[in-house]
Amino acid sequence: MHMPYDKSATPRRGALLEMRGVTKQFGTFTALKSVNFTLEKGEVVAIIGPSGSGKSTLLRCINMLELIDAGIVTFKGAPLGSEMRGSRCIRLPKKELDRQRRHFGMVFQGFHLFPHYSVLENVLAGPRIVGKKSRADVIERGKYLLSRVGLGERMNHYPAQLSGGQKQRVAIARAMAMDPEVMLFDEPTSALDPELVKEVLDVMKELAVSGTTMVVVTHEMEFARKVATRVVLMDSGEIVDQGPPSYIFGGGGTARCKRFLSSVGA
Amino acid sequence: MKFEVRKDMQHDAASFAGPRRLGSNKSNSAPMLDRRIHPRRKKSDWIWYGLLAVAIVLFVQLVVENPRWQWDVVAHYLFNKRVIAGLENTVLLTVLASALGLCFGVVVAACRMSDNAILRTGGYIYVWVIRATPTLVMLLFLFFLSALVPRLYLPLPFVHANLFDIQTNTVISRFSAAVLGLALYLGGYSAEIFRGGIGAVEKGQREACKAIGMSDFQMMWHVIMPQAVRIILPPLANELITMFKNTSLVTVIGYVELLTSVQLIYSTNFETIPLLTVACIWYLFLTSIAMLGQTLLERHFGKGVRP
Repeated sequence: MHMPYDKSATPRRGALLEMRGVTKQFGTFTALKSVNFTLEKGEVVAIIGPSGSGKSTLLRCINMLELIDAGIVTFKGAPLGSEMRGSRCIRLPKKELDRQRRHFGMVFQGFHLFPHYSVLENVLAGPRIVGKKSRADVIERGKYLLSRVGLGERMNHYPAQLSGGQKQRVAIARAMAMDPEVMLFDEPTSALDPELVKEVLDVMKELAVSGTTMVVVTHEMEFARKVATRVVLMDSGEIVDQGPPSYIFGGGGTARCKRFLSSVGA
Repeated sequence: MKFEVRKDMQHDAASFAGPRRLGSNKSNSAPMLDRRIHPRRKKSDWIWYGLLAVAIVLFVQLVVENPRWQWDVVAHYLFNKRVIAGLENTVLLTVLASALGLCFGVVVAACRMSDNAILRTGGYIYVWVIRATPTLVMLLFLFFLSALVPRLYLPLPFVHANLFDIQTNTVISRFSAAVLGLALYLGGYSAEIFRGGIGAVEKGQREACKAIGMSDFQMMWHVIMPQAVRIILPPLANELITMFKNTSLVTVIGYVELLTSVQLIYSTNFETIPLLTVACIWYLFLTSIAMLGQTLLERHFGKGVRP
């Protein structure tokens, strides 16, 4: 499948991440239909929408856990994931993709902590293995990050000894340890017991307030309303509406947006 | 059978019974109630105890009291020089064939999981052929390789020279054919065990590795392999212990290991049963060591699974 790339659409100045005409297919199913998405530095974007609408796929295409089939993604103006060779767009080698992924930190619905590492070793895994730094150089920062998510006391525990909320907070610290420029959250509270959701959202709120650029796929409408600077509504692989929370939740959205919000009771 | 009650349960039981009935207050006229739940004895248990007694009697009759077992002959040959030499050959063959075989296994497993279709097909064909060939046939084929390929050589392209050129029979001895044959066999089977173990590690682990920017090698080495080892160990231990016994197959190409050495002895003195017992005792000993190693390794790699 070939998507013509509109060369006149040069990235806006200041845009951290720019996606143009991004298309992703799984077999015959088109998960993303020529999506355009821009992210400015310091923004907290909440992506909402019904399940199967392509929210997670969009997020996973940003850090190339899914490789897009067509379209252009740039990060600070430089192409991400592929390069132009004459008139053709060629995928970058694996090694380069691994390097580019370091711009992004990601937090998963299922935590995916490393079970054979202690909490502290989980946080240090990125700097030590990928950053090739010595343990002594990174241990203080690891401890600081764990104290920031409120788990300084638990650093020698193993993931299996933690609650879901604690696991997710370790996962946030692990992602932050690589000093990513953008934090991606893929339904970070969907697998948690109701009483544990708040502790994770509080940590995310604190990150947002301290100026971290974040993209959050979420079903937590309260979070989208109160913490996000922009809300994006997706449906059937397309962005159907977006704007500041006051617009989306203040009754300014499109009919599709209002229908979705009433279906989730927001 | 004694039923231990956990501390916290004892507390619950005590509060349930009420403070007046606590054990310290023995002068109380009310009989102290035992609130613990005891396991129910099954009548069928007695059948199993009875069968156990019968089994013990039969074992003693068959093994200990049976004069035909000739334990004195067993004891005499247990540390016999020829037996020990055979044992050494068995251990040497097992260690070398296992080491080489595991290397083959890693390479073949890597091929089977490769992105490259040629490597993937190559790995598949290797496993297919190894599974289809009886180990015995493999050993004979290798030993008589010179009948099929008299010279081993690798010609260099464009120049009239060979990288190497040797007579097959200078490379293939009884020993090298035995090591290579057993290693090829283990390579095919362990490759499937490796592949299965690696595939069984949760997919999210790979994504977590990729999300923090790990390369494929870093992901495999630091995250996937340590977790896969736990899954791989039991079936792999099975294969390696099988290797002890598979070494006895090399008797067909005339290499003298443990079983062959006792066979050579009983072919002259006809003490068949005692000498086979000697071999079994040594196989039991080797297997015990291997299983002890397996237990220790499983404990080491179980870290974080059973906190």
